[in-house]
Amino acid sequence: MKVPVKWLSDYVKINVPIREYTEAMTLSGSKVEGVEDMGKDIEKVVVGKIVSMEKHPDADKLRICKVDTGSEVLQIVTGAPNVKEGDYIPLALVGAKLPGGEIKPTKLRGVESYGMMCSIDELSLTKDYLPDAPDYGVYVFNGTPELGMDVKEALDLDKVVEFEITSNRPDCLSIIGLARETVATLGETFKIPEVKVKEEAGGDINDLITIEIKNPELCYRYAARVVEDVKIEPSPAWMQRRLAAAGMRPINNIVDITNYVMLEYGQPMHAFDLDQVQGKKIIVRTPYEGETIRTLDGQDRNLDSDMLLICDANRPIGVAGVMGGENSEITDKTKTILLESATFNGSSIRKTGKKMGLRSEASIRFEKGLDIENAIPALNRCAELIELLGAGKIVKGIADCNCKPYEKRIFIFEPERINSFLGTEIETAEMVRIFKSLEFEVDEKKMTLIPPSFRNDIVELADLCEEIARFYGYNKIKPSLLSGKESMQGRKTYKQSMEDVIRNAMIGCGLNEAYTLSFASPKVFDTLNLAKDHYLRNAVVISNPLGEDFSLMRTTTLPDMLKSLSTNYNRNNPEAALFELSYVYIPIEGEELADERETLTIGLYGGTSDFYELKGIMEELLEAMGIKEYEFRPEKEETCFHPGRTAKFFVRSKNKEMVYGGILGEVHPEVAENYECPDRTYVAVADVGVLIDASTTEKQYRQLPKFPAITRDLAVVVDAELYVSQMLDTIKQKGGEYLEEVNIFDVYKGAQVPDGMKSVAFSLSFRALDKTLKDEDVNIAMEKILKRLEKEFGAQRR
Amino acid sequence: MKQQLEAIQKQALDKLAQISEIRELEDLKVAYLGKKGKLTQILKGMGALSAEERPVIGQMANEVRNTLEESIANTRTRLVREERNKRLKNEVIDVTLPGKIRPIGKKHPLTLVLDEIKEIFLGMGYEIAEGPEIELDYNNFEALNIPKNHPARDTQDTFYISENVVLRTHTSPVQIRHMQNNKPPIRIICPGRVYRSDAVDATHSPVFHQVEGLVVDKGVTMGDLVGTLQAFAKSVFGKDTRVRLRPHHFPFTEPSAEVDVSCWGCGGTGCRICKGEGWVEILGAGMVHPNVLRECNIDPDIYSGFAFGMGVERITMGKFGIDDMRLLFENDIRFLRQF
Repeated sequence: MKVPVKWLSDYVKINVPIREYTEAMTLSGSKVEGVEDMGKDIEKVVVGKIVSMEKHPDADKLRICKVDTGSEVLQIVTGAPNVKEGDYIPLALVGAKLPGGEIKPTKLRGVESYGMMCSIDELSLTKDYLPDAPDYGVYVFNGTPELGMDVKEALDLDKVVEFEITSNRPDCLSIIGLARETVATLGETFKIPEVKVKEEAGGDINDLITIEIKNPELCYRYAARVVEDVKIEPSPAWMQRRLAAAGMRPINNIVDITNYVMLEYGQPMHAFDLDQVQGKKIIVRTPYEGETIRTLDGQDRNLDSDMLLICDANRPIGVAGVMGGENSEITDKTKTILLESATFNGSSIRKTGKKMGLRSEASIRFEKGLDIENAIPALNRCAELIELLGAGKIVKGIADCNCKPYEKRIFIFEPERINSFLGTEIETAEMVRIFKSLEFEVDEKKMTLIPPSFRNDIVELADLCEEIARFYGYNKIKPSLLSGKESMQGRKTYKQSMEDVIRNAMIGCGLNEAYTLSFASPKVFDTLNLAKDHYLRNAVVISNPLGEDFSLMRTTTLPDMLKSLSTNYNRNNPEAALFELSYVYIPIEGEELADERETLTIGLYGGTSDFYELKGIMEELLEAMGIKEYEFRPEKEETCFHPGRTAKFFVRSKNKEMVYGGILGEVHPEVAENYECPDRTYVAVADVGVLIDASTTEKQYRQLPKFPAITRDLAVVVDAELYVSQMLDTIKQKGGEYLEEVNIFDVYKGAQVPDGMKSVAFSLSFRALDKTLKDEDVNIAMEKILKRLEKEFGAQRR
Repeated sequence: MKQQLEAIQKQALDKLAQISEIRELEDLKVAYLGKKGKLTQILKGMGALSAEERPVIGQMANEVRNTLEESIANTRTRLVREERNKRLKNEVIDVTLPGKIRPIGKKHPLTLVLDEIKEIFLGMGYEIAEGPEIELDYNNFEALNIPKNHPARDTQDTFYISENVVLRTHTSPVQIRHMQNNKPPIRIICPGRVYRSDAVDATHSPVFHQVEGLVVDKGVTMGDLVGTLQAFAKSVFGKDTRVRLRPHHFPFTEPSAEVDVSCWGCGGTGCRICKGEGWVEILGAGMVHPNVLRECNIDPDIYSGFAFGMGVERITMGKFGIDDMRLLFENDIRFLRQF
């Protein structure tokens, strides 16, 4: 809400500097977003009169003027084509400051000039504010302002304060509402000047119109006045300027007056051409089946059954609170108008406006719910201004259909409850003062409070507490820290602690944490090479997304990880190692909400990264989470991965089953290309829920060995395709009670190994807990192992 | 024999003086003191000596042995030292070259700030509550005193999945879920991802993070809210931080406030960070609206509470001087490694 300070000053004097005022208003709840000082860059620009004008001897387009400033006559050379002798113009004197710079004496083609005549551009003003200004050239004053007067005064330049008005205070979407807040904030007194309507047209409104409200649940009050002998013309400059300063474009006197009253009183008004209202009737109702209306903007509107219409005896002539109908529009020929001042059901207006895609200054006010008692004063103010501007004559009387007469709401005044809610010790007298400054009726004997009619937001104790707190001062409330309350233990849940474990393991492995957005494009599934019927394609769809690329809730984090890696790669970062802990969103058949699954995503390229580093990281993670039993299985089917360099891993869950924990591997080169990632890019995706379920923080000490171990090496040649993990399993099975550990220390293909074969070297360590082993003990075990490997895998000892 | 002994001793000592490797020393030791060594050989010939000579020569032989043994030991020490010195000399490296290690990774700045906030409130006895990001309209709006078609819905540009399901616009629905499933006293914070329909730019993201807090108990006052926010702000922004509350309106709290802290850049005198205001808005707060308590079957005549909420991105950007929110979601390693 933009408030020109001079307009506000019609209602309350502001006797403090503007900065102090805005600060005080902000701290009492009317947040100031900014102050526009229209003349702040203009200094030493005065009203001057061109007393003579002659051609420049050496330039066709320049003229030499003598300009009277009241105290002296200056020679000014101008190129402006639009000025003539006798014009009053804004003259920037030597030394004047303008947004464009300072004015200095100068010579134009040899002729001296002591100042500059100004256009509105040069004064940083707009045609909205000065609609009579020419498109090009110097501004020429209407009338004869005093010579030498500062233009800021002559042009009525004002400071405009912009307030942020919250949705609970529609009463503050008005000059008067903010004047009231100003009064309570600054401790001033306030009275709305009496509005006088002369009703010169005589007659009786009841002979001209009757009002009927058919849907009192949607229209609480409908009041109207009739204006005869209407003369449509531009409104006076002062009104145009105030409207422009408040952000509304001046149109004509009638529209401007209704807008002016809306801004001043907060009550939107509408004017109908009464001659177009058929049957001398206004009927407020919902539409008939199939009824339509063409609104002022020329659009034909289909109507829903719960939209509210303003109709005459035969047809709709306006959509209540949203937009008038074309058939009853005010035109240059309009002679008689009906002024509407009504109160509607806010959410109904909001719904209709939203559906029609129409929101206006009027509907914004209506939809927040207006003061039913404000309709008549605003209507009278409107009539008064019409008379004042000579825009028409007011017919006697008001047609008023009030379905919901205002009832005062009485609250019990309980100062001690207010204090105990706020944690304050505010005196009752102080509370009384605050409530009175807010125009509450306070009965100190009965200890009751009655809020004014425009404060529909006051509903219960908490609301009363807020009013006291606002004007006592939020920042005077003494801080306390839940003293006397039972103390509580704050600790992380198991899941939350495990998330810390995961993050710490990841950074310990040298990965940097990434954050990505949760959206996905429907295109990602093709970019990832996923099959047409892949389950990940079934995603939660946003009905009003920011664009197709953000239209799904992601079912996989892979695209975002690849994008992050690609960003690094394209910025020439030689290597990157990232992880992200976030969620994917899997729709559940027949449920409204999704299955939100926490996911760990790892991405690597460059440096030392390869499949085994990625696997090592995953093993470190499992170790950190206390997961001892897991298994990596080769995976060839996932089409976004390299078929020969990918594994799925499984972990032993609490109920002893091996459960899918995640996938890791080299990205398929085609997918890497799609994302502009390097050819060798490695990613892993793990289901954090599954891992946490399989994890434990329990640890048990195992005695350090007292007896020495015997170590043996075993190198065998096997088929190159054979998975070494299978041999490991066999060795562990057949290794006997003393086998403590098996490690692979070499896998070799090449010279001395036949084609299609590979050599695998194991290091085995044997130990007994209760004795020193002898070579014989170990020899037996080694023989068993070798035999088994020969039999099962065709292994040959090297 | 005496001459023989003397000659052996001299010979051995001379050789010892010239030895430069441990291996030679071992050979020498065997050659003189071993089973078949020269000294041993001589001692074997002692039987041929007279009874008078035998003890004299015996003693002399022992002396020679001791001398040689001692000398060998000394030489060994010398050689070991020499060899070690030689190695050390050969092993000189340029210690001014950069160190090498795979550096440990870095947590994301948002995580750092989230962790700090969690830490502070865990210390004040709060639990951390979580809930879904795809939420029922009821939990996100209606239970929070924002019915359908309420004008307050305009201030939160909401992503809808269906008429009844939204992407949560704040983590307040977690408060609702918690209050409906737990009895007071309640002390929780709710960190998490939230969604608003803002296009991505330097100061906006359609996905961002919030931490909200909720306390419900008997006799919780607005003073408790002020004190809690002060303790929090001093902890995050420094002990000299001042807190300022400005009355505001949220449908789910009454009274409501927007909360500023004195600028951490300039301490309140005005600078680039606070755009010359001296204050930076960091959160919204208020006393839980009685309608919200009622909706969760908590009697507002018995219980009261406060709630607050803050944007983690905003605090993170302020704290680290990050001027573009997009940096937080691009994951450029050169950015991430700075924290």
